[in-house]
Amino acid sequence: MKTWLKILAVALLFYVHIGGLLLDVPRLNILNETIRALYFHVPMWFGMVTLFLISVVYSVKYLVNPSVANDRKAVEFANVGLVFGILGMLTGMLWANYAWGSFWHGDPKQNGAAIALLVYLAYFILRGSVENEEQKARLSAVYNIFAFAAMIPLIFIIPRLTSSLHPGSGGNPGFNMYDLDNRMRMVFYPAVIAWILVGIWVTTLRVRIRAIEDKIHDLEDEKTH
Amino acid sequence: MKKLINSLLGLVLMVLSLSANAQSDVPMADGLRSEGKIYVVVAIILIVLAGLVVYLFLMDRKVKKLEDLLADKNHPTK
Repeated sequence: MKTWLKILAVALLFYVHIGGLLLDVPRLNILNETIRALYFHVPMWFGMVTLFLISVVYSVKYLVNPSVANDRKAVEFANVGLVFGILGMLTGMLWANYAWGSFWHGDPKQNGAAIALLVYLAYFILRGSVENEEQKARLSAVYNIFAFAAMIPLIFIIPRLTSSLHPGSGGNPGFNMYDLDNRMRMVFYPAVIAWILVGIWVTTLRVRIRAIEDKIHDLEDEKTH
Repeated sequence: MKKLINSLLGLVLMVLSLSANAQSDVPMADGLRSEGKIYVVVAIILIVLAGLVVYLFLMDRKVKKLEDLLADKNHPTK
């Protein structure tokens, strides 16, 4: 990742944290100041979906061209994406407690997101349960495609077909319920970009560490032979 | 050069004093926020954020060092 992108991510993060806490927001009942949670909760999910998308691209790449590098990237993007998903879930639960009345509301969006996270957890269980490296990479690449294909309807389609408290659900496209006005967009979109960049940054670090590990293992194998 | 710096400094001071006056003269919601000590919370969050960012940069450098170390081991004559 280019250094200027990292600096851009950091600058945007600082802007988002200052602006998100201090700039004006619409005054809405029940939500009150918690409307600011939008700047921090929703970018987690945007980050997760973006990282999972990059992950599935590398899985398809692996199936076309089975290289260790493609497999490494697919795993690590899914890994960091899952971290973003867990953070999105925890922040959403805390917000739900004050906006909806309880941590777990059994809302279609909440349930769908939870199932999607479990589907991705199973991806890592699958990887951990196969010994052969090539088999592990191929099986998990195929599974990753199914996992992504399951996540999209679970998060974006099913909650829109039923009634849901969550904005952007129950027939509401986007954030209309929040009156996501231009003031909020000025903080929200930079937040999304910043967190996606941070996610990619952390992923590249993990990919490089994994590459170093593999190299060390290769060197050890050479020594023993 | 010195003239330029002096005039720039003067300009900055002037803007600062103007904004200080503006804050005290015009009734705005600034007081509520500073009395509520929200800026303290913002500062604390920014310290945590800065710490994590610095940590991320340090990890980045450490990984780079490991990569270089490994490259040297692979080609010791280079």
